[in-house]
Amino acid sequence: MNKNIEERVNSGSYEPKIIGFLCNWCSYTGADLAGTARIKYPANLKIVRVMCSGRMEPAMVLKAFAEGADGVLVGGCHPGDCHYMEGNYKALRRAPLLEALLEQFGIDRRRFRLEWISASEGSRLADIVKEMVNEIKQLGPLQIKKENFETDGLVLNPATGKLENPAASTAEGKGGAEVV
Amino acid sequence: MSKNKNNGSKDGSDRKLQFAFYWCASCGGCDVAVLDINEKILDVAEIADINMWPVAMDFKYEHIKKLEDGYLDVTFINGGVRNSEQMEIVSLLRRKSKAVVAFGSCACGGGIPALANLYSRAEIFERAYHTSPSTTNPERVFPSVETTVPEGKLSLPLFYNSVYKLDDIIPVEYYLPGCPPPPELIGKAVEAIANNQLPPPGSVIAGEKSLCDSCPRKRGEKKIKEFKSIWEAQPDAETCLLEQGIICLGPVTRDGCGARCINVNMPCRGCFGPTPEAVEQGSKMLGAVASVIDSKDEDEIRRIISKIPDPAGTFYRFYMSDSFLRKKITGGTGSNAEEKKEEVAR
Repeated sequence: MNKNIEERVNSGSYEPKIIGFLCNWCSYTGADLAGTARIKYPANLKIVRVMCSGRMEPAMVLKAFAEGADGVLVGGCHPGDCHYMEGNYKALRRAPLLEALLEQFGIDRRRFRLEWISASEGSRLADIVKEMVNEIKQLGPLQIKKENFETDGLVLNPATGKLENPAASTAEGKGGAEVV
Repeated sequence: MSKNKNNGSKDGSDRKLQFAFYWCASCGGCDVAVLDINEKILDVAEIADINMWPVAMDFKYEHIKKLEDGYLDVTFINGGVRNSEQMEIVSLLRRKSKAVVAFGSCACGGGIPALANLYSRAEIFERAYHTSPSTTNPERVFPSVETTVPEGKLSLPLFYNSVYKLDDIIPVEYYLPGCPPPPELIGKAVEAIANNQLPPPGSVIAGEKSLCDSCPRKRGEKKIKEFKSIWEAQPDAETCLLEQGIICLGPVTRDGCGARCINVNMPCRGCFGPTPEAVEQGSKMLGAVASVIDSKDEDEIRRIISKIPDPAGTFYRFYMSDSFLRKKITGGTGSNAEEKKEEVAR
């Protein structure tokens, strides 16, 4: 699998997965407009409609990355235009702290973006997605799951949900390598 | 407490309860906390035989291997799983035990040792065995799994890239959080075991609400203009610490600890782990803290949060192994550049 990704990256056919949390009132409607206006943008963006960019919990972004997203886009109304008065300011305050946290976990800042996209800015959404896809193609895929335990030689047993050491279970049926 | 209940045995025979204690990646404070239950330790000795306790008693792994499967009634394991030896022994103890208690924050969520998940094995070895100021190691000798000496081969456990929480490796019946767990909760757990009144498996033996719920301080509207480290401030002892700009993990942390830190004017660092409602402790706190910053200007917001120099270490201080991301990503474009480098170094 690892090799496949490397090959795909080298051959230029790697397509990053980007999850977009778009607010119902502006950015999602903007994406809708892009659709009705037949503005083309890459199909890499998988949109999740949320009621407000302030609804975006940092946990949702982290989970998206942990589950295999290569990038996350959060879209909200322009400052001052929030349907709920203050929601997008909450997103504005969370984003820089979240960026700093992501960086500590080794996730490049460019993989996370907070953008203001109004309901009339379908073309702006398309431009942002194009830009993001290009940037993330340069960065390559994020392989969080693999990094988490495979580098320690452990495998996840899907039946139990626990990590196991395959080298140990074959050692005389004792369930563990001999430790001196 | 033990006299009225058949010495705690379930079948009514005179068989004493069989306990074991084990430590993995931990500081030893949890073992000391067991002794902190003071005279209650005598009750423990009365109702139970201790089959293993590396910090206090001389038992060998061989003793445990010779026991029947399921012989041990309760095994208390503290510390996260950091190397292959711990992996092996916790798996062994799991087979021999009817119930396993994840004892302390490290077993529950990785604890302080799991903060090293922000570094790879190679970086940790480099720091610990080469660049730290008190180390002289010009030949750059690092621990390796196998070393050949004239007498034969020597082996060491494999040091993992991550610290794993106990239930990543084995099923765990009960969680007793805290750094270390307070004596009252340990006493409560032991009493419940002795009287066969344990909560359903999977339970966390602590509060169900957030620490704010039992916090004695006065709370008002939170609007933060400036974050302060605890050494920069002389916080008012009556008012919510978060309102005073001191990061306190009370809102996202379970209560049941008795607010020990809060009562001595120190903020909560989150050792009791996420509340049942919080999906993930760190990001929940990050969201909560950021949203009460009192500014609408991006530059000012950035200036205010620059006073939180280590968000990962602050918000995931004890539960890094329980987070979504778990560790720092080191690999580049799908290749394990770092790993290869390390292999070459070996």
